[in-house]
Amino acid sequence: MAQRPGRVPVWWLLAGIGAVLVAGVAGLAFGPVRLPPLGVAAETLNQLPWVEVDSGLSPRQAAIVSQIRLPRVVLGLLVGAMLALAGGVYQGAFRNPLAEPYLLGVAAGAGLGVTVTVALRGQTGTSDLPLTVPLAAFTGAVGAVVLTYLLGITGGRDRSPATLILAGVAVSAFLAALQTYLLQRHIEVIRDIYSWLLGRLGGATWHDVRLLLPYAVVVAVVVLLLRRELDVLSVGDDEAASLGLHPQRSRYLLLATASLGTAAAVSVSGLIGFVGIIVPHLVRLLVGSSYRAILPLAMLFGGAFLALADLAARTVDAPREVPIGVVTALLGAPFFVVVLRTSRRVAV
Amino acid sequence: MRRPVPLAAAAALLLAACAGDEPPAEPDATGTPGALFPVTVGDVTLEEQPTRIVSLSPAVTEMLFAIGAGEQVVAVDELSNYPPEAPVTDLSGFTVNPEAVATYEPDLVVISAFADEVVPQLGALDIPVHVAADNPLTIEDVYGQITDLGTLTGHPDEAADVVERMGQDLAKLAADAPDREEPLTYYFEIDDNYWSYTSASIVGSLLSTVGMENIAQEESVVSVQLTAEAIVDANPDVILLADTAYGVDAATVAERPGWSEIAAVREGQIVELDSDIASRWGPRLVDLVAAVVDAVSQVP
Repeated sequence: MAQRPGRVPVWWLLAGIGAVLVAGVAGLAFGPVRLPPLGVAAETLNQLPWVEVDSGLSPRQAAIVSQIRLPRVVLGLLVGAMLALAGGVYQGAFRNPLAEPYLLGVAAGAGLGVTVTVALRGQTGTSDLPLTVPLAAFTGAVGAVVLTYLLGITGGRDRSPATLILAGVAVSAFLAALQTYLLQRHIEVIRDIYSWLLGRLGGATWHDVRLLLPYAVVVAVVVLLLRRELDVLSVGDDEAASLGLHPQRSRYLLLATASLGTAAAVSVSGLIGFVGIIVPHLVRLLVGSSYRAILPLAMLFGGAFLALADLAARTVDAPREVPIGVVTALLGAPFFVVVLRTSRRVAV
Repeated sequence: MRRPVPLAAAAALLLAACAGDEPPAEPDATGTPGALFPVTVGDVTLEEQPTRIVSLSPAVTEMLFAIGAGEQVVAVDELSNYPPEAPVTDLSGFTVNPEAVATYEPDLVVISAFADEVVPQLGALDIPVHVAADNPLTIEDVYGQITDLGTLTGHPDEAADVVERMGQDLAKLAADAPDREEPLTYYFEIDDNYWSYTSASIVGSLLSTVGMENIAQEESVVSVQLTAEAIVDANPDVILLADTAYGVDAATVAERPGWSEIAAVREGQIVELDSDIASRWGPRLVDLVAAVVDAVSQVP
């Protein structure tokens, strides 16, 4: 197939949209509670403005669809898209296949923020603390990334992106140490923190969706507009400079945007691993190495992957919940190996 | 896991103690009831009655004071906030620092099973350590722990009294519970990620005696993380909150999306429990069951 490099292959685009639709429908249709599919469909339509159909569901079943299942599916799609997009940006900007969205301290910062909030809440026993968990996670994540950037910039003359990665490692280690100390002091909240660290969509509400959506839109638009820069960066800084780009400036702008998206996602879902590192590679294996194609497809497949993983998390052991981080790794790793092997057979 | 002393054995011990014509051992802080010592419980043998006890478990602290051994306790861990006269310190019961414990010159240390990796170190300092099982599954396990502590501290009679009184109180609560055609179903929340005590937990078995049925039915697992969907679908009659110390109350539960359709929320049957009482399996288990029974007594 004659394809101009960098174009999003139409068929893959359709496949990505199809995957999102399949994940959305499956996520709505199935759950720990068995509901009539037509009723679920009708109730979903009822969420649209000016639609009023009789779903035949009891008020409790209707609440399960509209207040619990639907926001959970939508949040899964959004978080998955953000993490996969950020992972793709990080891998391109650092020219490092092991880069992932939590590389620059997002995870450690958010983890510390959440630990502080939950520990203080446990200590004072009041519910009216100004700091909520999503806000604390977001503040911690953004704070950590800013700290990493400041350290990375002052790191010296060395303009290699490795400085930034090393700064991220240092910041992460420092914040993780603080978090561990705090946990040790407030061991009674460890279950709360732990379930956050493993990622959670179990408490998803429309409020979470409304929190994340504006960030997701801004981040997606900015990154997709800059995706050509990322292609140039992934070749090399000298080449980028010779093409009239400011490689460091472009890199920082991209990384800052991706970090913002990651922080927003993490603040509502906790630390869901694996999506950010696996999905962009998966897409790369399927469509080639241009980020212009990888980024939009990574968003679609990342969202679909996480929504499906979450479906597994809430159904395989129903009515119990399996931590979603466990599912993403258990499903993702073997799947990735399969794609790696088959695509190699094709490509080489 | 160590088996606690079975109730029958405890009763036999009590009978044996009463059979002798000696006056019941009533040690003050200085006098040693020589007849009772040495004693052996599990791996621990005490030659004399301990007078400098360090308790590193809130539930154990409550037991020690309930059986009249409070005077012998010189230090308790940072979370042992009951009874108020307990000599609370900054010692941690989770990450036990043997050196810090040793500074209290204890002649008996009681720790939770999950911290038992320090037993050899304390043993090297010649400090006897009693390890209390940290997750009793039945009320008999709790009785066994209380009995063990009674033996170790020289208060076997008081321990037997406490056990007997708890048994009577719980039996009375069970007998007085209103007869219902259908058991009341309940969801027992540990935290706001929907971790829940199950029917297999100690509270699960106690609440089943007062006509209540857990929505999380398990054979052996004491706590599980439920999905919100499953909780709403189970439609519990009662919601019990053990996480009130962590910012959860009836209002925040009622505000959870979709939860307004749950019977317990509609009928206002959300019970805010004391987080300490609802997580320490000691003498105040009776208070926990009584609080629940009292709260749901109005439910038809």
